[in-house]
Amino acid sequence: MANRPPLDLHIPEPPARPGDAATFDHLDIPGAGLVRRPDPLGNAADMRDLPFELIRVLDEDGQAVGPWKPELSPDLMRKGLRAMLRTRAFDDRLFRAHRQGKTSFYMKSTGEEAIPAAQALVLESGDMCFPTYRVMGWLHARDYPLVDMVNQIFSNADDPLRGRQLPILFSARDYGFYSLSGNLGTRLGHAVGWAMASAYRGQDGIALAYSGEGTTAEGDFHEALTFAAVYRAPVIFAVTNNQWAISSFAGLAGTENTTFAGRAIGYGLPGLRVDGNDFLAVAAATQWAAERARANKGATLIEFFTYRVAGHSTSDDPTRYRPREEGESWPLGDPVERLRQHLVRLGEWDARLHEALLAELDAEVRAAVRAGEAVGTLGRSKPPLAEMFEGVFAEPDWRLLEQRREAGV
Amino acid sequence: MAELNMIRAINDALDVMLARDPAVLVFGEDVGYFGGVFRATDGLQAHHGAKRCFDTPISEGGIIAAAIGMGAQGLRPVPEIQFADYILPAYDQLVSEAARLRYRSGGEFWAPITVRSPYGGGIFGGQTHSQSPEAIFAHVTGLKTVIPSTPYDAKGLLIAAIECDDPVIFLEPKRLYNGPFDGRHERELATWTGHADAEVPVGHYRVPLGEARIAREGEHVTILAYGTMVHVALAAVEDTGIDAEVIDLRSIVPLDIEAIVRSVSKTGRCVVVHEASRFGGFGGELSSLVQERCFYHLEAPVERVAGWDTPYPHAFEWDYFPGPARIGAALCRVMENS
Repeated sequence: MANRPPLDLHIPEPPARPGDAATFDHLDIPGAGLVRRPDPLGNAADMRDLPFELIRVLDEDGQAVGPWKPELSPDLMRKGLRAMLRTRAFDDRLFRAHRQGKTSFYMKSTGEEAIPAAQALVLESGDMCFPTYRVMGWLHARDYPLVDMVNQIFSNADDPLRGRQLPILFSARDYGFYSLSGNLGTRLGHAVGWAMASAYRGQDGIALAYSGEGTTAEGDFHEALTFAAVYRAPVIFAVTNNQWAISSFAGLAGTENTTFAGRAIGYGLPGLRVDGNDFLAVAAATQWAAERARANKGATLIEFFTYRVAGHSTSDDPTRYRPREEGESWPLGDPVERLRQHLVRLGEWDARLHEALLAELDAEVRAAVRAGEAVGTLGRSKPPLAEMFEGVFAEPDWRLLEQRREAGV
Repeated sequence: MAELNMIRAINDALDVMLARDPAVLVFGEDVGYFGGVFRATDGLQAHHGAKRCFDTPISEGGIIAAAIGMGAQGLRPVPEIQFADYILPAYDQLVSEAARLRYRSGGEFWAPITVRSPYGGGIFGGQTHSQSPEAIFAHVTGLKTVIPSTPYDAKGLLIAAIECDDPVIFLEPKRLYNGPFDGRHERELATWTGHADAEVPVGHYRVPLGEARIAREGEHVTILAYGTMVHVALAAVEDTGIDAEVIDLRSIVPLDIEAIVRSVSKTGRCVVVHEASRFGGFGGELSSLVQERCFYHLEAPVERVAGWDTPYPHAFEWDYFPGPARIGAALCRVMENS
């Protein structure tokens, strides 16, 4: 036997568990404005430093600084603030509705609202996002009718998805929001195919493919990035790294020694690592990648560094696997507060407007929930049973016709 | 009309559809410049350009995922999976995505894709180039599964599949590409030359999905088969002299239940044949349907003739393959049982 130590299996562990003091000391959080902004049409090989930086625009004082500072109108930023707050108000109300037994399931995106809100507002109406369940802010930013969301969550008679889909696994084609599924990563390749089709047809729409950091471990992620790189598909990959995949910390997806943005290097794609709690940085990185995609320069992988403040879903209790106060020590702050501070600093927002907006959104969400409740909560109202048999095929075959009769409809 | 073997008929269908509809794209591993390992896409890239017919990474899941995204965007992709044995990395995409996209999105998105894949044995391909996976697709609602047995049907069914707005698994019996193989492997092999079903119309025509074909009319027993087994069943009928009606299902989803019931009600006996292994195979579904709908016409128990419940073994290919002798024995059994 050789004179060397025995092999040792490494099992990754997060820096803190329940009972430990929450810590993010292991993270290197640089100041805002320090990362260079290369020409978006430049060569990916000249950008291999970027996946290991952290692009930040808003500094501690709410000031936009550095080369990534985007040209956003105050109006767009106010819309962004509104979308984030609408997401939060809706999440809180619907989470409560679940606790009251009005639906079976809900998922909040607290702390991550800036990502879909900014992206929905800087991308165009002909673009298509391939969402995860944690980017409902996209629909809020694009003013999807709240009552339709509530009806879907209640699976009631007015559910636009006809009672067929788990709450919040929406589909909203007219709002650039592809059909959601509970399977992780399965739509990443659809985004690439969509983008390839858009390019093949000479159109101008690009695709935005969301995944969480945990999903980067799926084969679908590798397949999608390979196809995107090979065919230079006009697609943006947005990895929302919120540190937790249910109870699995990001290290279990392989980032103890690298970053998710760093995955881009192996595919020859640009990789950007961005402060996901910074509305302006999210917008800037998205605009950069969109400009590149629209110029036929292909895909970009963006890692949005953020934190999942809430549990994974209504079925999850995060205090079982992470320190209770971990969210409060998250070093990148609250995305809502940071954008509000910036707008105030610009003289484009104030406390009175903010309070008025909160009251308005609260009333809007309450009214939508009331309207949904009037149609019916889960089990108290549902679409006609015939809907169960519709839409399996373009036209039902004899099995479905017979079974529909057998079911008495 | 032109006399074509099955591979040329498939090539012709793709050529016709590429010319007719700019939404049709053909792609897969070795499919573009080279024209496919079985030559199904030979010449298509040269005729229609590399943006219409192209090579892909070796990534079955990636191929089908991209096809679904293209389909949802408005194209009609026709991806090829080089061997049906290699389709399993794409199974999640087919089951969880293609089959359910229309349903779960309330009709907002759908995947009008046609997945072509050579399947079946008889070519000494061992267990990784011989399998018949049709049952695992037939079980998934939302997918259609089509299997031709002649050049004429191959072209017409493939065109119908491409024009269909649902995802279609188009399984090509590769043992039939060059001739109507009837399982009598020890004899000189027949080609499609001179075969009536190798007369293929020029241009566009459809063979509708869900309509079975009577390959041979008969009075005493119904044989339900598809793909290569249609020809093997005909050989068994010839060998035994039993007056069997051979139904070529052509698509197992949608299934032509009326043709099945009509024939079994007439003959009163039924033998179900497929090359895939027996347990949990599509033959079980066919047998149940016949029992449920034709029970009072049946003179004998329904027989299943299928591959054994083993992986497809290389050295024992002809022991595994349900050839004319095994089908003939089943025919004799159901005829005695009266």
